[in-house]
Amino acid sequence: MEGNLNALTTIFTEFYYWVTVVFMFLIHVGFCMYEVAASRSRNHMHTLMKNVMIIPLVTVTFFLFGWWIYWAFPSFPILGGIDTSAGEAYTPWSPNMGTHLGDRITGVFWAAFLLFSWTAASIVSGSVIERIRSSALWVHAVLIGSVFWIIDAAWGWHWDGWMVKLLGYHDAYASGVIHAIAGGYALGVILVLGPRIGKFAADGTPRDIPPHNPWLLTIGLFLIYTGFWGFYAACNVPIIAPEVIDGQITGVTWVTTNIYLAPTTLSAITFNFLMSLSGGLMAAYVVSKGDAFWTFSGGLAGIITASAGNDLYHPIQAMIIGAIGVVIVYKLHYWVERKFKIDDAVGAVAVHGYAGVVGLIIAGFVLWGAPSSPYEGYASINPLGQTIGAVIMFFVLGFLPAFIVSKIQASMGILRIPEAVEIQGLDYADHQSYEDAKAAIIDAHKAHLSANN
Amino acid sequence: MSTIGLDSWAVDLAEVGAVYPLQGWEFPMVIVCVVFWLGWHVIQMKREKEHFAAAEKVETDGKSLDRY
Repeated sequence: MEGNLNALTTIFTEFYYWVTVVFMFLIHVGFCMYEVAASRSRNHMHTLMKNVMIIPLVTVTFFLFGWWIYWAFPSFPILGGIDTSAGEAYTPWSPNMGTHLGDRITGVFWAAFLLFSWTAASIVSGSVIERIRSSALWVHAVLIGSVFWIIDAAWGWHWDGWMVKLLGYHDAYASGVIHAIAGGYALGVILVLGPRIGKFAADGTPRDIPPHNPWLLTIGLFLIYTGFWGFYAACNVPIIAPEVIDGQITGVTWVTTNIYLAPTTLSAITFNFLMSLSGGLMAAYVVSKGDAFWTFSGGLAGIITASAGNDLYHPIQAMIIGAIGVVIVYKLHYWVERKFKIDDAVGAVAVHGYAGVVGLIIAGFVLWGAPSSPYEGYASINPLGQTIGAVIMFFVLGFLPAFIVSKIQASMGILRIPEAVEIQGLDYADHQSYEDAKAAIIDAHKAHLSANN
Repeated sequence: MSTIGLDSWAVDLAEVGAVYPLQGWEFPMVIVCVVFWLGWHVIQMKREKEHFAAAEKVETDGKSLDRY
């Protein structure tokens, strides 16, 4: 019986993560639709290709080194060196990273993390549309998707991470480890990249560049909402026995845990996901005076703000936190845009970056003193630890590397597309071919008609 | 003789680990993967550079701005 129960638990866990991967695929579909909708017709195909090719590039590099980083870096460099023994099974040459009848879980667990990597890279992709070289973005995609976000996950989203131990860092559904870092990274790139031609008037007043297709944009956002369910589920361990956790939990009650192996329930995150979504939508509708783009994005920002603590919040708290986050994010977005002439084409820095930072800090106050881990000796959740954590996520691992790499790319002339191409549109060659083909076939039809009359 | 190390499934599966072909050649396969990845970037960057160079020579009449 015990053997059967263990087998069932293994199969259930394996299938559980596999399903989250399928759901999370929709996040990428949503991002692609959203980006294309937000771009102008003359840039469609390049915009789509830029985001689609994130998938293979981040996947291959996450196989080569991203997954190893997660297991080898939890203590590095604050509490020890790179743990090569912990990472050994996750090197790309390990037998566990292939078809292995004794290891049923590594592939699906790897994929669940990988889909987070795509999301991080895709967030950056949206903010730089219509003027970045695809080659430059794809280097950034590998860096954020297979290096920097997974370092932050090792530090602050791992049961053994040094940020959890020392700072009491708590970020159950990735306000910081995905959203703050991706928003900070996007800001670092667009600060060097500069705005699209015509975005700002001569006197510095920002011009609106409206999405060419608001309906496609809406469907894209709703697909992201849908995929977000998989994202939330993937952040949990669905069922685990206390003796397997081997921490301070007593008794024999099996439990669902967050990534830190601290207890929560699927019920809790379902309540809080929907209530923070609602708080975000309602606040965004009011603060933006019913603007469709901001209202729908506000739903996302509401979830992101509450995500750090959505394993423990009461649903009404999640709703209020989501609403507060959206108001701050909205105001901050326009202040930064005017003050620093930042052209964030899809509001990614605000919706992901600022919301993530605000959510981490709020969680430090609301969950002050709660245990960050079931293990002895870990710092409890606190505002200072969460604030330091937010700075590490947004600035140290997000903004800084993006800014440095973008500066290098700009100095080599490989960051931004030529001005003539930006004016004609990235798809100029496709459009030219289309017009030529259309003209040729019309001429052929006319010639056919003349010959027969 | 089998590429996966097993000639038959008449085995205790608890004793079976990896079953992919070319076991023992994982490291060279990783090198192939790295070359494939970096080679792709090199080819893409070269083509993109040519694409932009050609684009800059095209005269813009403004019609495409209205249309697209």
